[in-house]
Amino acid sequence: MTLMLAKWVRGELERNGYRVVMTRDGDQDPSFDDRSAVANAHRDAIFLSLHVGSTGTPGTVRAYVYPAVPEESTQAESQSGDDEQAGRGLVEWDRAQQPFVGQSRKLGDLLQTEFSQRFAHSPELSTVYPIRDLRSVTAPAAAIEISSVAAPDADMIAQMGPSLAAGIARAVAAFQPPGETGVAR
Amino acid sequence: MTRKTSAGLILGLVVAVLAGIVYFQVLNQRVMGWGESEASEDQAREEVVAPPITTQTDALTAAQFFWISASDADQLEPLTLHLPLSADPVLRSRQLIRELISSAPSPQQRTLPADTELLAFYMLADGTGIADFSDSLASETPSGILSEEMVVDSIVRTLSANVPSLRRLKILIHGQAAETLAGHVDLTGYFEAPSQHAASSSH
Repeated sequence: MTLMLAKWVRGELERNGYRVVMTRDGDQDPSFDDRSAVANAHRDAIFLSLHVGSTGTPGTVRAYVYPAVPEESTQAESQSGDDEQAGRGLVEWDRAQQPFVGQSRKLGDLLQTEFSQRFAHSPELSTVYPIRDLRSVTAPAAAIEISSVAAPDADMIAQMGPSLAAGIARAVAAFQPPGETGVAR
Repeated sequence: MTRKTSAGLILGLVVAVLAGIVYFQVLNQRVMGWGESEASEDQAREEVVAPPITTQTDALTAAQFFWISASDADQLEPLTLHLPLSADPVLRSRQLIRELISSAPSPQQRTLPADTELLAFYMLADGTGIADFSDSLASETPSGILSEEMVVDSIVRTLSANVPSLRRLKILIHGQAAETLAGHVDLTGYFEAPSQHAASSSH
């Protein structure tokens, strides 16, 4: 189901001039780090992670972005000896998303605006929450969850594909014009 | 059709409709009863698995709990229960989590799986709470971002509403730091108490 939706999204983004790299194209289950590595290998990428949830009002869609680490934690870690690494411009793998949280928030809100207009009862703003998929990505990144596998009509989710893909393409175009690399999961 | 036959048919229809209404009400009561019996079975099991925690400083308190809303399955809503709670933040947190697991108003509003046990709870001097749950929290939570988010939020919001000294929470599964709850929500960091920070977590 998720892969089918991802293929809709890929088709729509490609029609709009984006290059799309999928982190899987079948029933494989790459690790979180493998998925991040695919995204991190490309410059100027956008990372989108698609999910179909098992709860929630059927037919709603939510965009999630990773939270900023509070300053206090940053200072504590900096005192514990990370300054030298930061001075060399290296990015700690588990904190790779941190420099991008502002851009990710903008991307998430653009996505959520599209979803709220297309799918009734979807929220109007993206949700800031620690989704593991996003933590190690060195690019603007958002997770998108469609509710839900418990939909009374099994075709309901599939029928959302074209509108979901069009909404994502519009949000991505508003965030970053075509011509750059795009990555979808 | 004679007048007598018509009257008989109408009477028959009225009787059938009345019988249908009575049958529907009985059926409805039976379905509601199943829900209640499921909840009381959960409570009975909880009494055996994790008996109530009582302390010398227990005082009857109006405590706020966060379960899934009865009217909107995508949201948590606060519900106030009056129960004896300890003055000690660690014991109080254990009492609250025990109630959170066992006293959901209905099975549909439950956030933590019924089999979940709180194995341990610690509180550090800086207000960091550490809650160690049994494997069932991870294995029986429905996989999905929203469902995992509601599990974590119900724990964090319930504790922070009733334990003023709690600043942030770390969740462990069976004594170990877990990568995710059930495949999506990142458990490697801390979840901030809502009143402390606008962001919901620090990872």
